[in-house]
Amino acid sequence: MSTLVLLLITGVGLGALYFLVASGLSLIYGLMHVLNFAHGAFLSLGGLLGWEVGRRVGDGTWGGLLVSMLVGMLVGALFAIVTELVFIRRLYNRHIEQVLVTVGIGLAAVALFEGIWGSDPIITTKVPWLRQTTEVVGARVPNHIWLLIGVAVVVLLAIVLFLRFTRFGLVIRAGVENRTMVTALGIDVRTAFTIVFAIGGAAAGLGGVLASVYYGNVSAHQGTSLLIYAFIVTVIGGLGSLTGAAIASVLIAVLQQLANFYLGGTGDLIIVLALAAVLLVRPSGLLGRAA
Amino acid sequence: MSALLHVEGLRARVGGQQVVEDVSLDVADTGVTALLGRNGVGKSSTIKAILGIIERDGTVEFDGRPIDRLRTDRIVRQGVAYVPEDREVFASLTVEENLTLATRQAAPNRGLVDELFPELRERARQRAGTLSGGQQQMVSLARALLNDNRLLLVDEPTKGLSPRLVGEVTRVLRTAAEQTPMLLVEQNLQVVREIAQDVVVLSGGRVVHRGAALEFLDDQDLVHRHLGVAA
Ligand SMILES: Nc1ncnc2c1ncn2[C@@H]1O[C@H](COP(=O)(O)OP(=O)(O)OP(=O)(O)O)[C@@H](O)[C@H]1O
Ligand SMILES: [Mg+2]
Repeated sequence: MSTLVLLLITGVGLGALYFLVASGLSLIYGLMHVLNFAHGAFLSLGGLLGWEVGRRVGDGTWGGLLVSMLVGMLVGALFAIVTELVFIRRLYNRHIEQVLVTVGIGLAAVALFEGIWGSDPIITTKVPWLRQTTEVVGARVPNHIWLLIGVAVVVLLAIVLFLRFTRFGLVIRAGVENRTMVTALGIDVRTAFTIVFAIGGAAAGLGGVLASVYYGNVSAHQGTSLLIYAFIVTVIGGLGSLTGAAIASVLIAVLQQLANFYLGGTGDLIIVLALAAVLLVRPSGLLGRAA
Repeated sequence: MSALLHVEGLRARVGGQQVVEDVSLDVADTGVTALLGRNGVGKSSTIKAILGIIERDGTVEFDGRPIDRLRTDRIVRQGVAYVPEDREVFASLTVEENLTLATRQAAPNRGLVDELFPELRERARQRAGTLSGGQQQMVSLARALLNDNRLLLVDEPTKGLSPRLVGEVTRVLRTAAEQTPMLLVEQNLQVVREIAQDVVVLSGGRVVHRGAALEFLDDQDLVHRHLGVAA
């Protein structure tokens, strides 16, 4: 019983991490039809620079962590904005080329990060409280899980409120549905593209800092491995659907944890099977619109 | 009377297929110019090409200035409103959100829109995707009429509407055209007769007739040859 509780709660925590990456992927795809393979690099750089600045401010302190998170978001957002303005925008409506460019940026960025920080994971220092556990129905849940869940919920709420109550949010929601018609109402939809990239990049950069808390290390590759799960989650949730991405993140991460524990480390296999099953039954994903 | 919109040698492709071959036409600076032709001759594509929604080349001049190199949103912001075939309302947004999104000026013509479409006010919080076809058409027209435009491009506004609604929409179009010149694609020739002064007839992506509306509509032979129906 306590094992099940532990697996469920840590699964939700891992899902929170997936969501931070998947939210941006889903928004970017929904509005621009770009599968952004550079997204993992936003995460890695956010994690690395967040760690560099945070440990100077206060290694293993709340203040240092908070600064890391802010730096991670800022770095992720800036990296994403530059990517959109310099590369994606020039390839307007050329989706294949856009995807290829993001693959290139992803690969080049990881190589660059390796050049600077090396290819081995760097162990990070955790805030003492995050190293401890809290007992829930007999299960000893690592405290960093609460941080992950809390931050992901705040990010989800912030994005939802932004989409619902701002002019840009309105443009983005409309653009996800029918971009041509948004343009035909006299709206320069490219501003919305940049904003979506910025939001996605900020969430990914924040995800990078939280990944370093979760795994206890930062590395040039962290984003790349998380990106694969995030893509799966995005597709299962329905490309373009934020709520779908949130639900799928939690479902998949929980499933992964359970399979890893009860079915002899088959978590990754189970995820791929889940992806196949969803695509067979609902090709547009759980909450996706039919193409 | 002079031309507000001047189109010459317009060509456009969709999906690798040439759908607008060579269109030259003028839209007068008052009243309604109707763009006619059988199904699939390229009427909608001509309008989309004027707006740059599909790739085009040729000359398009609006009020004497070329707009054929401009992005769609820049053209629209010059005061060219578009009411597309099949409405294209944002189904997941409410009626109110559809209208807010379409508003380009600080003081939109809310009074006019409320007066023309009282129903939309009652349904402000309803998702546009759950509206009837007729109500969606009202949203689509309202999105255009909220702003002070200099030209309206309206594509088959009465398509699929009941006779009563056709009358209603015709009335709205007539009111709108008193203020703003209009290029109107319309299959219902009775509507054309009621509100259009000029006609341009397309066939196979080319203009095959141009002239006064009533003269064309009263020529049974011409109408039959170009539209395949009796006027
Ligand atoms: N996306 C597309 N791919 C391929 N062909 C297209 C596409 N859109 C339009 N066409 C073709 O272009 C031609 C012109 O289409 P268009 O919609 O402009 O005609 P229309 O005169 O508006 O017809 P209707 O009266 O039926 O609305 C048609 O033959 C149509 O099949
Ligand atoms: Mg048409």
